[in-house]
Amino acid sequence: MSVAAGGIETEYGIAMLGDDPSNPLHPMYLSHHVLQAWLDAHAAGRTGWDFSSEAPLSDARGHRVARTEAHPDQLTDIETGLVNTILPNGARLYVDHAHPEYSGPEVTTARDAVAWDVAGDTIVAEAGRLAAGRLGHPVRLYKNNTDGKGQAYGCHENYLLLRDVPFHRVVVQFTGFLVTRQIVTGAGRVGIGQGSEVPGFQIGQRADFFEREVGLETTMLRPIINTRDEPHADPKMYRRLHVITGDANRSEVATWLKFGTAALVLRAISAGMVPRDRVEEFTLPNPVAAMHRVSHDTTCTVPLTMTDGANRTAVDVQEAWLEVCRAYLDRCSDDLTEAQRAESVEICERWQQVLDGLRTDPFTLGDQLDWVAKLALLESYRARDDLGWEAAKLALIDLQYADVDPARSLYQRLVERGRMQRIVGDDAIGHARENPPHDTRAWFRGRVMAKFGPQVRAASWDAMIVATADGALKRIELSEPLRGTRALTGDLLDGCDTVEELLTALSGGEPG
Amino acid sequence: MAQEYQQRPRRGDDADEHAEQQQTVQARPSDEAFDSLLDEIDDVLESNAEEFVRSFVQKGGQ
Repeated sequence: MSVAAGGIETEYGIAMLGDDPSNPLHPMYLSHHVLQAWLDAHAAGRTGWDFSSEAPLSDARGHRVARTEAHPDQLTDIETGLVNTILPNGARLYVDHAHPEYSGPEVTTARDAVAWDVAGDTIVAEAGRLAAGRLGHPVRLYKNNTDGKGQAYGCHENYLLLRDVPFHRVVVQFTGFLVTRQIVTGAGRVGIGQGSEVPGFQIGQRADFFEREVGLETTMLRPIINTRDEPHADPKMYRRLHVITGDANRSEVATWLKFGTAALVLRAISAGMVPRDRVEEFTLPNPVAAMHRVSHDTTCTVPLTMTDGANRTAVDVQEAWLEVCRAYLDRCSDDLTEAQRAESVEICERWQQVLDGLRTDPFTLGDQLDWVAKLALLESYRARDDLGWEAAKLALIDLQYADVDPARSLYQRLVERGRMQRIVGDDAIGHARENPPHDTRAWFRGRVMAKFGPQVRAASWDAMIVATADGALKRIELSEPLRGTRALTGDLLDGCDTVEELLTALSGGEPG
Repeated sequence: MAQEYQQRPRRGDDADEHAEQQQTVQARPSDEAFDSLLDEIDDVLESNAEEFVRSFVQKGGQ
């Protein structure tokens, strides 16, 4: 299998209204209070996070940054005393920098990525309501990526790749895909430039914050390809591609296509589907400038000069990738599980339909893509109230589209009026709030949290440390993302009533 | 090796993206259903848009 699993992580924008301006609550502590309120209400204990396998300074290009040379933002492997825990659905909930973050569990299909991603939105929304009661001030949480004043925060995707795929090939071929996919995955933004220096609307929330082609940083001089080599799995076998260019989407169709098309393209790249003599048709000589140009062109017609000298639009480049993916499915579908194969066919059909729509009239996609839905709303307001792009009301609509609270979210207003297509139902989202995906190690992690949470002292993506009755700490390795599934460990976990029985069963003995 | 990833000489003439003329799709006249939607949204929008937007300042993240 060429791309084994993946997941989506979201940092939410956060604000407390009516705070004392002379002594404001630092957003790091506000984020902590918000998440702690949810944990307390759900009687979920605080496990520690096991940082022993984190390697934020390890670069996929084969070197490490010295800790003394790293920016403090890059040292993400330090215990802070802030909320940092694993949920029974296998996700990680924690304070990252000055934002609450929900990192969804490992999944093997894009549909599951959507379900566990939206489940996170509902958890964070509930956390905000609970915290407001405690703090005595309304709290706002936004699934967006910028404050419009020069700061950005991320919605990252992770794809587990086999280590034997040359990283250089991924860098060269995947960059042009990431630059052009914004026309599908953009969440829409009022304001052009990192600090919204120019009034207007652009497709991407994140685009203007990318300043490099390749690099290790994620909080400054952001690179289109992030090289953090921290696989959270057997490093001899896997690498994790940490994709940091994506927007946080509210539209389920956008999230589904974002995850589904990227996973498929990475499979095709891994399988060597782009012939050596055609690579220059897919690459851009100046991807950073192209990233900004694509985002700033809501007609989706701006020509990009490709490395082979030809001019192509973002739609053309996406369509070329779609053809590569179709060829991959024709030739290599044995790589995929049955569910992945069926979903890949659906992904290709929808991808084609969206690209056709973008070619003829982007406004036909107002019920599928966030940036089009948002732009249609904004244009209606502009027409009704005769507003210029500098109007504060338009920036508020941009912001409030992404409010995670259903009572205030403008995205939710569109859903309730049947104006947004869905991919997963409310039942699937409710299931994903409470349960881990069954087909990755997230199953074992989540079920152990649900059953033995108080005895889990620390956990990470690839290990759990549990305390036995006599106070001993035992480490359970989860280094293979595709083990620890329901099929492999469901009966074993069902048969154990104590942590001691679980440890015995895992070491090969009979539990009990 | 790090050198492999150094930027190649540029082709193309992408000007400063802030300065270039922005292309925008034609605004659509809103339909009637949209008009009632806007009325509904007016009721849930935060009051004092100017102040609300001005005070929404975030620390950077990833």
